[in-house]
Amino acid sequence: MSASHFPIRLEGARPLFYKEVLRFWKVGFQTVGAPVLTAVLYLLVFGHVLEDHVKVYGSVGYTSFLIPGLVMMSVLQNAFANSSSSLIQSKITGNLVFLLVTPLSHWAWFLAYVGAAIVRGLVVGTGVLVVTLWFAPLTVVQPLWILVFAIAGAALMGALGLVAGLWAEKFDQIAAFQNFIVMPMTFLSGVFYSVHSLPPVWLAVSHLNPFFYMIDGFRRGFFGVSDVSPWTSLAVVAGTLVAVCGLCLHLLRIGYKIRH
Amino acid sequence: MPAPAGGPPALRFNNVSKTYRAGQFRALDGVSFDIQPGEFFGLLGPNGAGKTSLISILAGLSRASGGDVSVLGHDVVDDYANARKKLGIVPQELVFDPFFSVRETLRIQSGYFGVRNNDDWIDELLHNLGLSDKAHNNMRQLSGGMKRRVLVAQALVHRPPVIVLDEPTAGVDVELRQTLWQFIARLNREGHTVLLTTHYLEEAEALCHRIAMLKQGRIVALNRTSELLAGTASTMLQFKTDAALPLALAERARITGRIVQLTAHDAAEVERILATLREAAVPIEDLEIGRADLEDVFLEIMQGGRA
Repeated sequence: MSASHFPIRLEGARPLFYKEVLRFWKVGFQTVGAPVLTAVLYLLVFGHVLEDHVKVYGSVGYTSFLIPGLVMMSVLQNAFANSSSSLIQSKITGNLVFLLVTPLSHWAWFLAYVGAAIVRGLVVGTGVLVVTLWFAPLTVVQPLWILVFAIAGAALMGALGLVAGLWAEKFDQIAAFQNFIVMPMTFLSGVFYSVHSLPPVWLAVSHLNPFFYMIDGFRRGFFGVSDVSPWTSLAVVAGTLVAVCGLCLHLLRIGYKIRH
Repeated sequence: MPAPAGGPPALRFNNVSKTYRAGQFRALDGVSFDIQPGEFFGLLGPNGAGKTSLISILAGLSRASGGDVSVLGHDVVDDYANARKKLGIVPQELVFDPFFSVRETLRIQSGYFGVRNNDDWIDELLHNLGLSDKAHNNMRQLSGGMKRRVLVAQALVHRPPVIVLDEPTAGVDVELRQTLWQFIARLNREGHTVLLTTHYLEEAEALCHRIAMLKQGRIVALNRTSELLAGTASTMLQFKTDAALPLALAERARITGRIVQLTAHDAAEVERILATLREAAVPIEDLEIGRADLEDVFLEIMQGGRA
């Protein structure tokens, strides 16, 4: 099938993807270095306080349990930050006009922004993993689950960041989205604990949180055990991903808050 | 002015309207005109006349409430990709992406239009716009004038046949204006169509084959530049005075501080104006009598003297 007959027009997506990756890479100290340091600080504080008091999945030490959670939390938060901050900066400084006047389709916008968000999420996640491995032993039992949940989670958060960036008109609206939605849902997803240690009510609430499934599925790849079946997690994450991507593509197609 | 060659017009605005605040404010009201390929066309009007609204619709930054717009036959909504490939827009606002160098900015912008390996043309743009020695500078390091040049380069990087310049020389120095106009005039001679909005009427008079004037969202004049000039009061009287003018003259005079400007259609009318001033014993200094220019035409039309 020739490019001109392909139903989804992707021309221009690659340079936009390149631009978005270059953008965060040029300020890597802030976009990669800082989140890695933050994750290490979490590990040092929580690991030191709880290592001797908490055992998870029977024999897994708390610090080892914490590492995949922190890695995935970093992946998710940074994927969200990449697309949302790029878009809101372009909207507020006015340089979004350089994209708006181009022939890029909404699919090209979507794939470029989400693709770059995945790259940043994975770069930061890898950085966190590499640095934190110094602090506790970690095995990889089912690497495919690690890859699947890292990529799907980063894509979901990249798309959510794009939705937030389209919706927001001010930096503090993005900050509110991040601090009042993304951060609580991440913290209450089982990054720092197994949800089976929670009272029944909060256990039930945790099962309504899609972040829980992303982190639980990701952790499965390291320990071979998880709070719920990885297939259940995959179904929830995939369903949420499709819904958020669908919303994102719709907003891009109608030019929500960017074309008037 | 280049003659229509039988193909579609370079730009077609067909009964374009735009309303804001749920129809409370009408920025454009049934605007229709064509611009032919190869034409250098001026779009003039006071602030709020609808020039930027019209260009925003053309560029896809906003949507028309009614009517349609096309670029070389490609509708800007239904066939937006092809329409935008044919179009290079220099935005009015001085905006830039602070993360990239000048060359990176141009390479990326070129890629959005599907144009790869474009460094030869990028080098030519940098040279013609006096940016060669700034190619590797970050955009933040450039002066306002240099940033404006990059905006022009970004609009031209994919070699669009139709170029839209939305007040490109607002607040820039004489050197850039000259550099820019020489380059744009050359592109126009090579066949590019140019649509220009500007507040510098002498630029429009010098460059444009035809001019449209917008007022309150409507076209109030559209003609060849030479015919617009020929159709106006051809003579301009200018003098200084501290005295009040007779009512008959005061109503039609343009007064800026001590400077008074009056237009006249012929020598007899000039004599009548001077006689009126003498009869009213108005002392005048520094009398000058010259040819009216586009500014006079513009003011005459905007003040409702001619449509």
